[in-house]
Amino acid sequence: MNFKQKYVFLFPGLFVLIGILIFPIIFVVRLSLSGWNSYNGLNFIGLENYIRLFTDDPRFWESFFRLSFLSVTTVILQYVIGFALAHMVWKDIKFQRFFRVLFLIPMMTTPVIMTVIWRTFFHESLGPVNDILSNFGMSPKWLTDPVLAKVTVIIVEVWQWTPFMFLLLLAGLLSLPKEPFLAAAIDGASPVRKFLYVTFPLMAPISIGAIIIRLIEASKIMDTVYVLTSGGPGTSTETSSFYIFIKGLREFQMGYAASMSFTYLIIMIISLTVIAKVLTKLMLKD
Amino acid sequence: MKTIKTFVTAIVSAMLILSPVAYADKWGDQFPHIKATGDIPGDCSYEEMSKKNYKGKTLKINTHAVPVIGQPTALHAEQFAKLTGAKVDVTHTPAGDLYAKAMVPFKAGQAPYDIVFGFSNFINDWKRYLAPVPKKYMNSTEMKDVTKSHIGVSSWDGTMYQYPVDGDRHYLKYRKDVIDNPEMQKKYKADTGKELRVPRTWKEYGEMAKYFNGWDWDGDGEKEYGSAEVMKKDDLMFAAFFSRSVAYAKNPRTPGGFFFDLDTMKPNINNPGFVEALGDWVEATKYVPPGGINFGLGDEIGSFGGGQTLFSFSWDDAFIAAMQDDSPIKNKVGAAPLPGADRVWNRTSNSWENQYNQAPYIVWGWAVGVAKKSKVKDMAFDYLCFFSNGANHQADLAIGNFGVNPFKNSDFDPNIYINTMGWDPEIANSYTKTLLDMEKSKNRVFPLRVPGVFEFTSAVATGTSKALAGQLSPQEALDEVAKEWEAIVQRVGKKAVQDAYAVGVKMEDNKL
Repeated sequence: MNFKQKYVFLFPGLFVLIGILIFPIIFVVRLSLSGWNSYNGLNFIGLENYIRLFTDDPRFWESFFRLSFLSVTTVILQYVIGFALAHMVWKDIKFQRFFRVLFLIPMMTTPVIMTVIWRTFFHESLGPVNDILSNFGMSPKWLTDPVLAKVTVIIVEVWQWTPFMFLLLLAGLLSLPKEPFLAAAIDGASPVRKFLYVTFPLMAPISIGAIIIRLIEASKIMDTVYVLTSGGPGTSTETSSFYIFIKGLREFQMGYAASMSFTYLIIMIISLTVIAKVLTKLMLKD
Repeated sequence: MKTIKTFVTAIVSAMLILSPVAYADKWGDQFPHIKATGDIPGDCSYEEMSKKNYKGKTLKINTHAVPVIGQPTALHAEQFAKLTGAKVDVTHTPAGDLYAKAMVPFKAGQAPYDIVFGFSNFINDWKRYLAPVPKKYMNSTEMKDVTKSHIGVSSWDGTMYQYPVDGDRHYLKYRKDVIDNPEMQKKYKADTGKELRVPRTWKEYGEMAKYFNGWDWDGDGEKEYGSAEVMKKDDLMFAAFFSRSVAYAKNPRTPGGFFFDLDTMKPNINNPGFVEALGDWVEATKYVPPGGINFGLGDEIGSFGGGQTLFSFSWDDAFIAAMQDDSPIKNKVGAAPLPGADRVWNRTSNSWENQYNQAPYIVWGWAVGVAKKSKVKDMAFDYLCFFSNGANHQADLAIGNFGVNPFKNSDFDPNIYINTMGWDPEIANSYTKTLLDMEKSKNRVFPLRVPGVFEFTSAVATGTSKALAGQLSPQEALDEVAKEWEAIVQRVGKKAVQDAYAVGVKMEDNKL
């Protein structure tokens, strides 16, 4: 096969890559340098949007820190619960297959529809949660208290995505070699020591991968917030992606929204790279 | 000979009189929605539409989510398809996304939808992309019944871009069986020392709502609450805030702009009048039902219409829902003008005027246009004309969550509501009088219709929701909104906003 023919075969893949990845990124960068909105076209305005973002938009940064809090909290909870569940069904227990399928169900449901159902559950005057809690004299403001609304978002996210963590970690557990566990058993290690000194370290590479994948996904949290709280009360559950959505697709400040998206992309690439490095250092130190 | 003549005249007269009935029955039987009236003759009646043939053509519509306006859109689409043979695709979109759903393709030079629904205040941004309503429809029997103010609302510079399908105003709805109940009046007087009556001011509204909050005052075994209001961020909450603000900030003695000072384009939104209103609203979070701070329009309709609250004050829908046959509170509700205030801010003298003030807020409402780039404009206008024909309109008016409210002169006849909807005559009269008085008022406020309107209203929603959530004080929240408004004016261009705003100010100052 000569040199030119190789390029012919590469072209379809390259064309798709340019069409769905390179072009949109270049277009977003170009858009971010324009004042495109409902009354202006794709006019070039230089770095004006970026200057506005860095000097005059505390709401973007607030939403970014809120997002960081929500994504780190939900991923930690998903990891802990997911690991516990995976560990549970890794062992030979009764109805093992049933539980393995059961724990995966939340992930198989449509997030938006499930969030609508959760919103109904947490509805403060009509929902079943407060209906039950009112018997004990409690009626928490699940969706209208700034702190509790964050907790509600976390509950829904953890419920929806823990199965993903469970699936990855269970696959990891099933692929672990048997010898270290046999050795630990011969040495008379207790279950706790076995977990701390054998299972957990062996699972570290898979854990890092699972955590990073979930962090990437969690940092895009949008549908849950949109359906559950619309970013409210006030701006207490507004995340970066939801804020960008408001500016771009509600207020139609496309140029400014593009500058936020691009900035957000850069921040996420840097922060996730740093997090991956730190996790690798911490979990794989031995 | 005379006897024969009389006989023939009698037969012909009987045929003329009875033919509309027979005609009405024909369509009423096929389309249960219009059973109460049958078809009503007109240029876009069922009879006229059945003569059209749109077989093989597709009409694409983007409308609001079900039920408000989304349900009648879908229902009339189905009827239109049945009558004309057209295929009608209806897409439902949440309120907050209607603007962008049309604007994105508009800006990209595309027309994925032939018909786009939105709010009437989008007119300034959308008009470049909409086809003007053709003369044929302007002269139709249906259009001739539309009120002068709603013709004006749908037009810009004398050209109509939005087809009138709805007409909205904000007014007060209250539980008549409580407010007019002598026993309740006695109890309220004994407990508070004050009169129980239809609230004249927002302070009275708050006092009564607080008193009637959290206990079973109608004996149905369920707790009732003070007020149901649209407080959910980005879900039309800006309009609810303006309804509460007009009493304090619309001063008939200071013409020249309610939202801005027209000369300088400096926002008025953080002046003491607006701040007082936002303070009242923050207080209102204490007398709404649990979760009320997250109520959108649909929740408000369900809450008041379902008998959960004493008051409500936005669009007609909650009132109509309460008056539907299946409502537990049918004929137990009343309509009245929005409450006023015992003092009003004078932005010229920078001081409060201690005198009673009341101002209606004409919200206008749902609007719809046909995309300039649509390839089936005739069919699209036929659909819109059919949507609001006499029979459909009267049937739609009777359903609370349809979101279709009076905008035709004939809508202000109380007999429609008494005869076809079974309303108590006193309630029907107070309802039509409330609406008519708003039309006649000389102290009205109209919504902003300036370029980039969604940026302005979104800023109000964000600021006020921060105050409602306790994140900021009312003054801080509105200072933030004012700062954002100034920035938007700069971005859009002061002249562009000023020119567009001048049209609204002329209307408010009764010069148009």
